[in-house]
Amino acid sequence: MDKSPISRGFRSKRQEQTPKDRLPPGQYVTRDFPILSAGPTPQSKVENWNFALQFGGSLLGQWNWAEFEALPQTTIKTDIHCVTKWSKLDTTWQGVTFDDLLKAVSLAKPRAAYIMAHCDGGYTTNVPVADLVGGQGMIATRYQGLPILPAHGGPARLLVPHLYFWKSAKWVRRLRFMEKDERGFWESLGYHNYGDPWKEQRYDGD
Amino acid sequence: MTAIETAAGPGRRLEWRLAEVRDIVVETSRVKSLVLRITGWAGHLPGQHVDIRLTAEDGYQAQRSYSIASPPEDELLALTVEHVADGEVSPYLVGDLHAGDQFELRGPIGGYFVWTVATRGPLCLIAGGSGIVPLMAMLRHRARRKVRTPALLLYSSRSLEDVIYREELEVMARRDPDLRVINTLTRRQPEGWTGRRGRIDKALLAKACFPPEQTPKSFVCGPTPFVENVSRLLVELGHDPLTVKTERFGPSGG
Repeated sequence: MDKSPISRGFRSKRQEQTPKDRLPPGQYVTRDFPILSAGPTPQSKVENWNFALQFGGSLLGQWNWAEFEALPQTTIKTDIHCVTKWSKLDTTWQGVTFDDLLKAVSLAKPRAAYIMAHCDGGYTTNVPVADLVGGQGMIATRYQGLPILPAHGGPARLLVPHLYFWKSAKWVRRLRFMEKDERGFWESLGYHNYGDPWKEQRYDGD
Repeated sequence: MTAIETAAGPGRRLEWRLAEVRDIVVETSRVKSLVLRITGWAGHLPGQHVDIRLTAEDGYQAQRSYSIASPPEDELLALTVEHVADGEVSPYLVGDLHAGDQFELRGPIGGYFVWTVATRGPLCLIAGGSGIVPLMAMLRHRARRKVRTPALLLYSSRSLEDVIYREELEVMARRDPDLRVINTLTRRQPEGWTGRRGRIDKALLAKACFPPEQTPKSFVCGPTPFVENVSRLLVELGHDPLTVKTERFGPSGG
């Protein structure tokens, strides 16, 4: 549209001004932690949980809960941005960075340029490896110092906070390297393939 | 993900379009439907939502998502909006908007929480409060197409006055032997109320819902705790999680 129509009488109710460099376009700050997912919350027990790194049909590494907890732990404090417009500032996550996962399987460099995250409940999402390395992505197992609640993706979720939060897949169980990019669940249903909040890449074609 | 059908694949950019308010329908004391004419609207599927964008006189803009209440068969698009206390956008939409006003809208969005008459299996709809809205688009679509797909609506409201689309649902159920509508009132019941009272629990779901053997397609929509609870109970009752689709209205939907 050339010009947005003015809604007379409509005005901002934001009480405090969030610095512009913290809030991507079209987002608003919430203090809650809303929950969004396409189906029932899987009730995974850590006793039966495992996590795998995979390339094609071959297994690069696999960990049970205790083994995964023994990997080097990193804490990330970050803002998160959901495609449904809420942003939450200063969230704290703890887990194992993608870099440390690669080290754990003695990979000097990633096996391919893309990964697909596979989750309990069948959810998938695709992320370029370039967006995971250098401390940008982790498998998080703690939120604000406590185990992540199932509704928020526990026992473990992918965390890629510089992309819209659907990329930070809940209930993640497997990262699979892909030579070619493929679309995951929401990416096949009209959402953007990459999802940069600062470019407002919400939907396909944005 | 093999078990999930793709309703919409990669496509064109969703452009912002001009929506003009043609009518406003008072549904309850806190809920109104906005009936819109949208320039260049290409249609939608029942269950999808839209983004709207309001622009204030000082240039400030706010975006929010709202479910579509009307079926694809209607010429105009209806959104049903609940006034959220402390909200920024919904109080304006419910309180200040008039016929003839204009704002921006883009969509339709969401290809998963979708049902059409082509979908196989009985239809099991479970709503809490304003979670009825996307499910109503499905029921209206089903009624327009006059299909015999067995359908159930289990609808939890605080009181009878809070039941959105009450008369329309009554008429729909009366005319259609293949549709059951069960209301439950959680906080307040009118004198002489013979219907259900209290929250939707496992016993009610077991009794009212189509059994898992019939592989019903379930759609659960409402506040987050409602959806978490109902969807977990459906899985406990033996329904395949992949047949249970959810849409949660967060506390900060505003």
